[in-house]
Amino acid sequence: MTTAVLGQDTRPVGRGRPGVRSTLTGGSALGLGIAMIWFSLLVLIPLAAIVATAGKDGWSGYVDTLTNPQTWAAIKLTVGQSALVTAVNVVMGTLIAWVLVRDRFWGRGLLDLVIDIPFAMPTIVAGLVLLGLYGPKGPLGINVANTRTSVTLALAFVTLPFIVRTVQPVLAELDADVEEAAASLGAGRLTILRRLVLPSLVPAIAAGAALSFARAISEYGSLVLLSGMLPYKTEVVSVRVLSFIEGGDQTSAAALATIMLFVALFVIVVLDIIQRRVARRG
Amino acid sequence: MIQRIRIVALAAAALAIPAALSGCAASSGASSDKDSVSVVGFSVLKTANEPVIADFQKTSEGKDVSFTTSYGASGDQSRAVAGGLHADEVHLSLEPDVASLVDAGLVDASWNQTPTKGILTDSEVVFLVRKGNPLGIKTWDDLVKPGVKIITPNPASSGSAKWNILAAWAHAANAPGGNDTKAKAFVTKVLDNTVALPGSGSDALASFVAGNGDVLLAYENDSIQARAAGDDVDYILPDDTLLIQNPVALTTDASAPAADFLKFQLSEAGQSDYAKAGFRPVIQGIDVDVPGANDPSNPFPAVKTQYTIDKTFGGWEKANAEFFDDKTGVITKIIAGLNVGG
Repeated sequence: MTTAVLGQDTRPVGRGRPGVRSTLTGGSALGLGIAMIWFSLLVLIPLAAIVATAGKDGWSGYVDTLTNPQTWAAIKLTVGQSALVTAVNVVMGTLIAWVLVRDRFWGRGLLDLVIDIPFAMPTIVAGLVLLGLYGPKGPLGINVANTRTSVTLALAFVTLPFIVRTVQPVLAELDADVEEAAASLGAGRLTILRRLVLPSLVPAIAAGAALSFARAISEYGSLVLLSGMLPYKTEVVSVRVLSFIEGGDQTSAAALATIMLFVALFVIVVLDIIQRRVARRG
Repeated sequence: MIQRIRIVALAAAALAIPAALSGCAASSGASSDKDSVSVVGFSVLKTANEPVIADFQKTSEGKDVSFTTSYGASGDQSRAVAGGLHADEVHLSLEPDVASLVDAGLVDASWNQTPTKGILTDSEVVFLVRKGNPLGIKTWDDLVKPGVKIITPNPASSGSAKWNILAAWAHAANAPGGNDTKAKAFVTKVLDNTVALPGSGSDALASFVAGNGDVLLAYENDSIQARAAGDDVDYILPDDTLLIQNPVALTTDASAPAADFLKFQLSEAGQSDYAKAGFRPVIQGIDVDVPGANDPSNPFPAVKTQYTIDKTFGGWEKANAEFFDDKTGVITKIIAGLNVGG
């Protein structure tokens, strides 16, 4: 089964194990130093500042934020919808990637190009377009504006490319000979898919799912016009954070942001564990 | 080869643009920063301010003055200035956004000791409806009829939305036999009929124009601009409504021409420009045609029963604490208790 390792976790095997010797030379130490300074300035220090601001009121800041029913409803909605959309993406994103890599058809190049539009488009424009299509004046006769479905729709739109783009290169690298060999040895199509292809794709799918989920829980722009931002119904966490800031309540805003940070971290870790389990079994 | 040429052209452009910019900066910078005014305003002023600035630059005081401008949501702009955005003049949606700059030491506490009490532009809370007003909405009470779909920006995230909600409150509290209990019930009904609470006034307008809802609680000037821009909407000025008053202030380290500009904004010429953009003048004797108004030749009919933040609510400080405090505010509590759609 060694061939199934293709496209899997390429990180060094010894990572994090005790007794691993540092491979840093002078040049790479400098590289690591620069990378860490850059990363600290952009990410670590701002994140630490948010956590510090949130901690100003001690634990009570978190408790107050979490026990506010409106905020709690927003957290449930955001996490639930993000999970739903990520699950949809796992299926649809993999399918789109498969079609783009394995099939040859007219317009494939165009489709490949268009996939990235949700990345490139300002999200408020995305919201406006979706409202035009699926709103009260929509030509399709479907009106989801100001409903929960509008949140699902907007999140699905903005997160679509993530899994497609992480799975695509891995799928392209997969050796079709291996599949042919398996077929010649009598493996059915389903077996090949289950035992050969999917295990190789799982790390990529998991990485894409993590990105997709993280993107979804922080979404704001595309929901502005489409969701109506109704408390308890379509109000997402980012809108609550904005309300706190507008009300001059930086501590609650930071507390809520920190909570979402941990939600994202939790999901990323869980996806990583799943990915390792599957990869090992493959 | 084509690629190569393109890269060369790009490189040339990349070099030329900063050179051109620095050229501009040098020509205006020769007489230093003193001849430039930085205006930080709330979003709808973008179009309104352009002719005012252009006309000011035609006067002898404004001849050599250059402008930098920044527009956005009033609260965001106020926080940006408090956070270090350079401003000579701030023109915001509501007084508390200036008050927070006074607290930050960036605006003098005497900013509102002027003939117009620190106010530069006025407007009214109106109902924006679909062309021809198919639901026949005329009064505040028409809004709470079953099935009327209202849109208003969210007062929690949009300072300007506070004007709308307070107008509804003022109506119910001051109607014959009205009191605070009835006002609370009325505002609850209005919010029950609300189908969207967008984050800002401009988002709410965009959402309404895209087809959401039957009525948008809006500013008169926004409504006039939407109609002038050709949107298929009408607006209704109710018999009783709240006067919207947008404050203006110079910062403590404002440049010298900023004071001249402010004087021009408050002059007949400046106020005429604002009137053409749909704002009610704050001085007497302005008579201009306003395209987009219900009656362009009589664009700003007097409101029969005019509520104001000072007379009706005892000023913004009191109103903010009473209605919009994030824990104890009356409106905050109503919104928290809405539980629309469970």
